[in-house]
Amino acid sequence: MCGIVGLFLKDKALEPELGRLTAAMLHEMCGRGPDSAGFAIYGSASDGTSKICAVRRASTLDWADVAARLGEATGRKVTYETIEDHAIIRIDGDGAAARAWLIENVPEATVLSEGEAIEIYKGIGDPDAISQRLRLASFSGTHAIGHTRMATESAVTIAGSHPFSTGRDTCLVHNGSLSNHNRLRETLRRHGERFQTENDTEVAAGYLSWRMKEGDSLQQALEHALDDLDGFYTFVVGTRDGFAVLRDPIACKPAVMAETDAWVAFGSEFRALAALPGIDAARIWEPAPATVYAWSRS
Amino acid sequence: MSPSVRVGMKATHETQNAGLDMASLSLRQVNESLQKAEAGSFVVSNPRGAHALAAGLVSPIDVTVEGHVGYYCGGMNQKASITINGNAGTGVAENMMSGRVHVKGDASQSAGATGCGGLLVIDGNASARLGISLRGLNIVVKGSIGHMAAFMAQAGNIVVLGDAGDALGDSIYEARLFVRGKVKSLGTDCIAKEMRDEHRTLLRGLLDAAGIGPEVDVAEFTRYGSARKLYNFHIDNLGSY
Repeated sequence: MCGIVGLFLKDKALEPELGRLTAAMLHEMCGRGPDSAGFAIYGSASDGTSKICAVRRASTLDWADVAARLGEATGRKVTYETIEDHAIIRIDGDGAAARAWLIENVPEATVLSEGEAIEIYKGIGDPDAISQRLRLASFSGTHAIGHTRMATESAVTIAGSHPFSTGRDTCLVHNGSLSNHNRLRETLRRHGERFQTENDTEVAAGYLSWRMKEGDSLQQALEHALDDLDGFYTFVVGTRDGFAVLRDPIACKPAVMAETDAWVAFGSEFRALAALPGIDAARIWEPAPATVYAWSRS
Repeated sequence: MSPSVRVGMKATHETQNAGLDMASLSLRQVNESLQKAEAGSFVVSNPRGAHALAAGLVSPIDVTVEGHVGYYCGGMNQKASITINGNAGTGVAENMMSGRVHVKGDASQSAGATGCGGLLVIDGNASARLGISLRGLNIVVKGSIGHMAAFMAQAGNIVVLGDAGDALGDSIYEARLFVRGKVKSLGTDCIAKEMRDEHRTLLRGLLDAAGIGPEVDVAEFTRYGSARKLYNFHIDNLGSY
């Protein structure tokens, strides 16, 4: 099982509604994934700073201390805010080094995302309770991806919940299971990718990040994924300005898409899309197997 | 008496266009009304992708669903005539026994899977695994179909006005497949076969039943069926299993 939702807005007027619409979509997918849930929100870019989202694993973790140590280690200005057990840490300039420092030096936290616009939040248990606790409905932004998880390949932990992000402003959610993730993880490690879990989906996220670092567009990276990833998958991928969908060649896992002049949406089932504004006039289709669907904001 | 039973009784006694609005009724209430009815016409509104809607019907009633449905709509249908004015999710009319299911939009995977009898008409396209393990149901698709259609299909007929995807009729038994457009690839033990008069008559009857007029000429179709080489294990066919 597992449920996926995605919403990519074309109409700026809907941006304040992004979180509310995503929460309503995610609600419909609770039954497909009652173990855990998570969501990525692409908000407005901040002026030359990077955002790092992290969740604490130990309640004793002091974010003020983490921010101070990170500032000292990087020599850059660091600020932070918290939402429940999550922190959004802002740092001047590129956040890649800060992300690596946090993974290395703060074992009491899991780093969820790093980038200009992306914020990722995750929790364990009932997806509705998670989206309420983390105030999903209050978020505004340009696009969002959500996931409800029924765990198969690794334990029910926050770290094993989706979305996975291993590259700047890139995230991926997955319904299915990959069969060659162990070997691929080792290959990607040799290329310098860093992994925090034993989860198969994190490997797919790392794979796409690596391909895009090698110069692939999102479309090209997903086309390469068809050759290099083995297993069952429906992926929904977000980048700073883009949104893409890919299903494996056998199309084992369900997918339905809809598009209007105002938005593009993905759901594991149609009921996730049923409440979107203008759905009655939307073009609705099932994405074909082994076919990359991609949108970007130019 | 619970509210759901009252709704069911009301629907049973109304015979013309009884409305069942899923904005206010639960899926269980709607299905109970339809399953208890022995006659009449029903319009289900606001389905919003609900699963297993109008499944397990046993009487010759007419059901019109206004909107898109989720999984297994019309599953196990006996005698009822169900029209979906929208798209259908996975497994529409799966294991259907008799009656008619008409999808006015597209159908997702495994439409008509294991169907034993009756007629399934899909006006749009159907995706993967259409009519897998078919056992007597007739399926007419006006658009195109995805991969692995008619896998291990034993009996019944599938008519496709558009194209078929990969591995059509893999390991097929005695179901007959009629495709007007292109077939991307044939599955193991499925071959193109001669269209004889009996097949032209059969195909015309299926098109007529689906409301498709003489503008669609049976001469444009190719028949596909079993080469009958994999029915029983034979060591010479080992590579094909």
